[in-house]
Amino acid sequence: MISFSSNTLSRSRSDFLLSESVRLLALTAGGLLLLVVAFLFHESWPALQGIGLSRFFSDPDWYPTDNSYRLTSMVWGTLLATTGAVLFATPLGILSALFCHFYAPPLLSRWYRRMVELLAGIPSVVFGFWGLMVLVPLIGRWHPPGPSLMAGVLILTLMIMPTIMLVSHASIAHVPIAYIHTTSALGFSRWSMIWHVILPTTKMGLFTGILLGLARALGETMAVLMVCGNVVQTPSHLFDPVRTLTANIALEMAYALGDHRAALFMSGLFLMGLVVLVVSTAESLRHQNTYVSAK
Amino acid sequence: MSLQSRHGQDYCLSVLIWTGATLVTIPFIWVMGDLLWNGWDHLSFSFVFSAPQNAGREGGIGPILISTLLIVGICMGTAVPMGLGTALFLSEYTRHDHVLGRLIRGSLDVLAGVPSIVFGLFGNALFCQILGLGFSILSGGLTLACMVLPIVIRTVEESFHAISHEQRVSAAALGLSKTTTIRTILLPAAFPGLLVGIILGLGRAVAETAALIFTSGYVARTPESLMDSGRSLAVHIYDLAMNVAGGNPHAYATALVLVGLVFIINFASSWIAARWTSCNRLSA
Repeated sequence: MISFSSNTLSRSRSDFLLSESVRLLALTAGGLLLLVVAFLFHESWPALQGIGLSRFFSDPDWYPTDNSYRLTSMVWGTLLATTGAVLFATPLGILSALFCHFYAPPLLSRWYRRMVELLAGIPSVVFGFWGLMVLVPLIGRWHPPGPSLMAGVLILTLMIMPTIMLVSHASIAHVPIAYIHTTSALGFSRWSMIWHVILPTTKMGLFTGILLGLARALGETMAVLMVCGNVVQTPSHLFDPVRTLTANIALEMAYALGDHRAALFMSGLFLMGLVVLVVSTAESLRHQNTYVSAK
Repeated sequence: MSLQSRHGQDYCLSVLIWTGATLVTIPFIWVMGDLLWNGWDHLSFSFVFSAPQNAGREGGIGPILISTLLIVGICMGTAVPMGLGTALFLSEYTRHDHVLGRLIRGSLDVLAGVPSIVFGLFGNALFCQILGLGFSILSGGLTLACMVLPIVIRTVEESFHAISHEQRVSAAALGLSKTTTIRTILLPAAFPGLLVGIILGLGRAVAETAALIFTSGYVARTPESLMDSGRSLAVHIYDLAMNVAGGNPHAYATALVLVGLVFIINFASSWIAARWTSCNRLSA
């Protein structure tokens, strides 16, 4: 399919142009992260200068219009909802991955994986809407008021379970088949094989999955915004309404000005720092599997 | 350990695992069932193509579909050329262990994990305010482009890596210039991968809400230009559910449309990917 219109033999201007433009595009794409960080810094600078970092934790409460900027309860909201979701989603995700590999018949396994992929693709606003219409009234009947930390935890569980499951699934698929054959030949039961061979060898992969799930839960906005109730308070139990950092940004960005706006950017910067930490840990662990290649 | 207790353990674990799998399946069926049950009746030809009235309680989602298409179009129109160029650079112009390549890859990995609301903040500061685009479809599309770029690059780069090295060597032996090699050999071979990358990015862009609320805004009219504010499907669902009393029936129908779109996108990408691998296997 070589066309004759181009001068195929010369290392010409077109080569030079292509390589330079491709390099430029790559540098732009690579620099995007720096640009994002730079802009968050730039926009939150007034808050860091004018308000100061310590006041975000020592002010009496979050009343941005009255110049009071305490973020603690929102930080708690984010941390509690995320931790709860990771606690629920981790066993479910890993069990599902094991189910797909070792328990389900082939056809069911394929369909099940497909379902989890679809679950992963459902937009967060749809989860939030379903939570608002179904989950919140259910919780409300059981333990009023309904919009609560609990609802947030359950919705986030549903959203990060697919991440954990799919990463674990991929990581189990990479276990050398020889390991599985050997353990069967040694007469291991399915349980012993999973417990003594599969889980230890895929440890890092599973952990990566959990971290990526954690990152998704930390940054999730719409779903928690719709089901958590958004009251600024440190929750004392599971059924208290909470507001997360992300929800706070989404709710107040529309009318925030001056220091208030800068404070919101500051919380975005904080959130981003947290997520970057988690994701880069996950990426650095991703390829450190403990097994030796079968070759 | 006695054989008996080992069997007992095995049995318990089976039960546990099947329970776990069921616990995951129930909410999926519940969500889908709920959307179909409450949304199907409101879904009609006129709903999809007519304009919303009375803040979305009546009418349809026509202008919102148009805004969504425009936003996603701008997003992909920016992200695909950039993604293709970057992927080309990473796979064809740098060695895999080159410092610059590793830096760019690392920064893209991190970018892929940045929460969408943070992209929203960034887009609001850069596109809406500093570049003066305001709340517009253009701002929203460009913000989404930053968000989906890492996904597109990763998929396209993988598809370049999947092309056997012999093809490049043969092209060089025939005296083809790099540009010609890329245009006539590598791009056609990587095309299905590019398509999968585009579709994955599309899926993410269509589903996004948080990055759009304060970049492309809320206005539900049919946009007259790219500088107009426009409301995407996802934002429409959010607005109907949270800010419009009595908006739920139409929120359900819109959610059904959105989920339908996302599922079609999802099936298309896995169909292409599956066909592609089977083709590769045949030609290998």
